[in-house]
Amino acid sequence: MDYSSFLQMNEEFSLLMVMLFLLIYDIFAGEKGSKYFQPIALVLFAAHTLLNCIPRDAFSIAGGMYQYVPMQTYVKTILNIGTFIVLLQAHKFLNEDANRIKRGEFYFLTLSTLLGMYFMISSGNFLMFFIGLETASIPMATLVAFDKYNRKSAEAGAKYILSAVFASSISLFGMSLIYGSTGTLYFSDLATLITASPLTIMAFVFFSVGLFFKISLVPFHLWTPDVYEGAQTNITSYLSVISKGAAVFVLFTLLTKVFGHLVTQWQPILYGLAVVSITVANVFAIRQQNLKRFLAFSSISQAGYILLAIISGTALGMTSLVYYVLVYMFSNLAAFGVISVIENQTKKVLMSDYNGLYQTNPRLSFVMMLALFSLAGIPPFAGFFSKFFVFSAAAQQGYYVLVFIALLNTIISLYYYLLVIKAMFLNKSENPIEVVKSDFPVKLSFVICTLGILLVGLFSTIYDQIGLLSFGM
Amino acid sequence: MELITNFLSGSVQIEAYLGLSLIMFFAGIYGFLSRKSLLMILISIELMLNAADINFVVFNRYLYPGHLEGFYFTLFTIAIAACETAVAIAIIINIYRNLNSVEVGNLDEMKE
Repeated sequence: MDYSSFLQMNEEFSLLMVMLFLLIYDIFAGEKGSKYFQPIALVLFAAHTLLNCIPRDAFSIAGGMYQYVPMQTYVKTILNIGTFIVLLQAHKFLNEDANRIKRGEFYFLTLSTLLGMYFMISSGNFLMFFIGLETASIPMATLVAFDKYNRKSAEAGAKYILSAVFASSISLFGMSLIYGSTGTLYFSDLATLITASPLTIMAFVFFSVGLFFKISLVPFHLWTPDVYEGAQTNITSYLSVISKGAAVFVLFTLLTKVFGHLVTQWQPILYGLAVVSITVANVFAIRQQNLKRFLAFSSISQAGYILLAIISGTALGMTSLVYYVLVYMFSNLAAFGVISVIENQTKKVLMSDYNGLYQTNPRLSFVMMLALFSLAGIPPFAGFFSKFFVFSAAAQQGYYVLVFIALLNTIISLYYYLLVIKAMFLNKSENPIEVVKSDFPVKLSFVICTLGILLVGLFSTIYDQIGLLSFGM
Repeated sequence: MELITNFLSGSVQIEAYLGLSLIMFFAGIYGFLSRKSLLMILISIELMLNAADINFVVFNRYLYPGHLEGFYFTLFTIAIAACETAVAIAIIINIYRNLNSVEVGNLDEMKE
């Protein structure tokens, strides 16, 4: 057999090389070399991102197990940029004395979840998909429980792994029913074989639970606030952006490619999930005092908005989905970055602690304000355009009521985002948070995020470029 | 009695296996929702995973005997389930060190 075709998996191989190099370097570097571990890791990862950002022609290898379409390059690049920002933000945390020894593990685990997401995105078979899903979620649980001596972290880890495995075993049961009713697991064959019989509908419902869990839509969201609160903040941001972004893209491709014949069945399901996710998450977000829990509920409602793009099932929906994930990544990582910088130095995460932040940390509160405006969708920032495209994708398919409900919910969400901004800028405080110093990588990550929030919306070439490739999906 | 003789002579109905896997699956779900100990919850999840494995093998053996897809899938699933169990047990041990207990009721640090 000719294995040379496997070398076409550029992204996976280059990421694997980075991972293995870092693992070996971490073991053998010694006292002197470990000083350069993080700079080397960041440079290598940036090089990996740059090398793999140019789309190639579509191909499929290993008998259709691995299918590549050009759009995947954009999605993987978005995930790469997001991971890069998270690694920049984690730089200071990993340089602390207590965590220095665990740096290698942090990088290896983070990058191996990323590798799992790559395989999940490019899979052409349910086996590949399942392996990718699990490679993405098992190391993630160890990351969530990263801080061994912190009770909250251990608790969050247990909640994450148990509910993740629960969801993926339901998903696996669904896959077995799909196999039983069609006799194949290849996406390309399934597209024609799946018809709307009761068994396949049940199989689809079981199967989709695994992905809905990863995206944390409302009936499957109960793990989200606890895990987001308990995990270390940089890991929380990774969980809320990268893991979710990969899952929504896969959900879209699976729904359109594999379950295309069940479109009349899955559209009502997604409709209900979108309405419930956006509304319930918004209502719960209002009463949160802990900012990490607050952003957890905000990210659930953002996932609900992304469903509006998925439900359309068109090329426009695909374009708006990828664009939405890109913008959401910049805004959410900026918000989590500010929280993590402040939490690392002062251990304060409550909203009341942020009173008067503007007096002491004007730059941080400015970045936070931009991020929250973008998440809320206020016009000059990128968040407005991404929401606009998502709504137009759903409206094009005639979902006017759904778009109306989502619009009403943006008003509610504006209220709670503004609560944080009010706390930072208007509320006076006797003892505001002290002046927080951040090192160069964190500053660089804020610059990237701010530029992303300000410019991605204004440069229409980015949207057009994504749109060019979305027709092949 | 007939079932046992059938089983020994190798001609069990496919429905029997599917019934078994369904019962295992829903027993797993029930256990996940009702058990108080983290270890019992883990065992319930294993039941669910194994139910899916039985499904794969049975479908492959009875409905699509010419292929091996289901068997391969099962092998991979078993390996993945082992990884999951290892990580989950490690986390549970860590919880035991922190709390001296593996009861779900004690994991309430982050309640509202």
